[in-house]
Amino acid sequence: MSYKLLKDVVDDAEKNKLDFWQVILNESCRESNMTEEESFKQMTEMYVAMKEADRCYDADVRSASGMAGGDGALLEKFRLQHNRLIGDFLAKVMEKAVKMGESNACMKRIVAAPTAGSCGVIPAVLITYEETKKVSQDNIIRALYVAGGIGEAIAESADISGAKGGCQAEIGSASAMAAGALAYLEGGDNEAIIHAAALALKNMLGLTCDPVGGLVEVPCIKRNVSGAVNAIVSSSMALAGIRSRIDPDEVIDSMRRIGSLIPECLKETSKEGLALTQSAAGIIGQLR
Amino acid sequence: MQLFDIIGPVMVGPSSSHTAGAVKIGYVAHKLLAEPMTEADIYLHGSFLATGKGHGTDKAIVAGLLGMQPDDIRIPDSLSIAEGLNIKINFAGITLKDANPNSVLLKLTGSSGRKLEIVGESLGGSIINIAAIDGLSANFSGDHPTLIVHNLDQPGHVAEVTSMLSHKSVNIASMQLYRENRGGNAVMILECDQEIPDKAIEWLKGLEGVEKVTYYSLV
Ligand code: SF4
Repeated sequence: MSYKLLKDVVDDAEKNKLDFWQVILNESCRESNMTEEESFKQMTEMYVAMKEADRCYDADVRSASGMAGGDGALLEKFRLQHNRLIGDFLAKVMEKAVKMGESNACMKRIVAAPTAGSCGVIPAVLITYEETKKVSQDNIIRALYVAGGIGEAIAESADISGAKGGCQAEIGSASAMAAGALAYLEGGDNEAIIHAAALALKNMLGLTCDPVGGLVEVPCIKRNVSGAVNAIVSSSMALAGIRSRIDPDEVIDSMRRIGSLIPECLKETSKEGLALTQSAAGIIGQLR
Repeated sequence: MQLFDIIGPVMVGPSSSHTAGAVKIGYVAHKLLAEPMTEADIYLHGSFLATGKGHGTDKAIVAGLLGMQPDDIRIPDSLSIAEGLNIKINFAGITLKDANPNSVLLKLTGSSGRKLEIVGESLGGSIINIAAIDGLSANFSGDHPTLIVHNLDQPGHVAEVTSMLSHKSVNIASMQLYRENRGGNAVMILECDQEIPDKAIEWLKGLEGVEKVTYYSLV
């Protein structure tokens, strides 16, 4: 993307009287030589694939390691029978986030957004939104452009892979993207969109990548839930008028600097953190 | 990074480097072999060996070798599909010299007896690199139509290939030359913007001093 900063996207939107999503759509057409229709069609295919993956969740399968599977069904049961604690929207988002993460671990087809490890965050929020608020699918697609634009800006100025930036770069980025998308869907202006993203990302700064056995399962799957829930609370704060005291592009740059300071042993190498626990050794010992 | 690298790709999980990238390496090898495969010896290196089982790297590579793409839902079943097709698959561990942590050496045999040996590396985010073909260095991503010509290191072969391409209006995106030693075996690798017609490939195969022509087409 030719925009390096979120501020550039917002400036361009305001100068040309366009929506945030339109600026990203135009830019994607420029960079990959597509018409608007082609780009919109491709984005629609991504969303349809997300919904398909959500629908195809299989509660009975387990991953090769045996660590992943079945928790989505537990959350579904909880939502339908026992949940008196949180609203239905939030409960559904949590359930879908776990389901997608489990599907990924169990070799099902998913959409990386931005990565496979963080594939549950954005669909959990957007599919639940479409189902509960009864908005048109095209609206959700526009929100995906907003999410994509935020992700591109993060990829330009920082990283979106756990190996380079720790988990803040994967689940954190996904959460920021989802927060911006949600702010857009709820009628937030450009400021609300980028501040929702900034607030979400700030909550995830410093998150390391320490997956057990090097597999995209523990802690990844459940982190999709916290990434999705964090997106909702962050966009709600932004919609309430709360602004990040730190400029959104500076938040992204902070993530880059923090990412480069996270030691290698906590960047997808599974040499520290959760990956080094006794429990992890037990699980991995059985697998070998 | 482009928008659809951020929202996308659609892929079978769990890992873009250990699963989707592995399928892609297998797929490129499948295209390069260009005939039904009867046997594959698969040597896993580094992190492909250490965490490959949990990531389904073995299934992913075989799926690619069978011609599947990273979003094919049959990937988890590839081993039994290969068995059903009577394809002999052998797995082993290996330590490759100076290789990327996510690497695999593939030794393939086709139905006509054609052999192909490639080293593929998964660089993350489902981006791959083919690092060696038949023991000689290489360096291409499988994102462009790619022509690989093994020839004797004699003057004139590069000109023959490039003038043929310009004659067919095929634009060269990148070109690399490698040789074992002066006058020995050499390889040229050309990544192109357009597909090369079959006839032109056949013509190349007939040239004196050209030992093997391999073509990776996107279609
Ligand atoms: S812990 Fe690492 S592998 Fe797991 S989701 Fe986070 S960044 Fe990805």
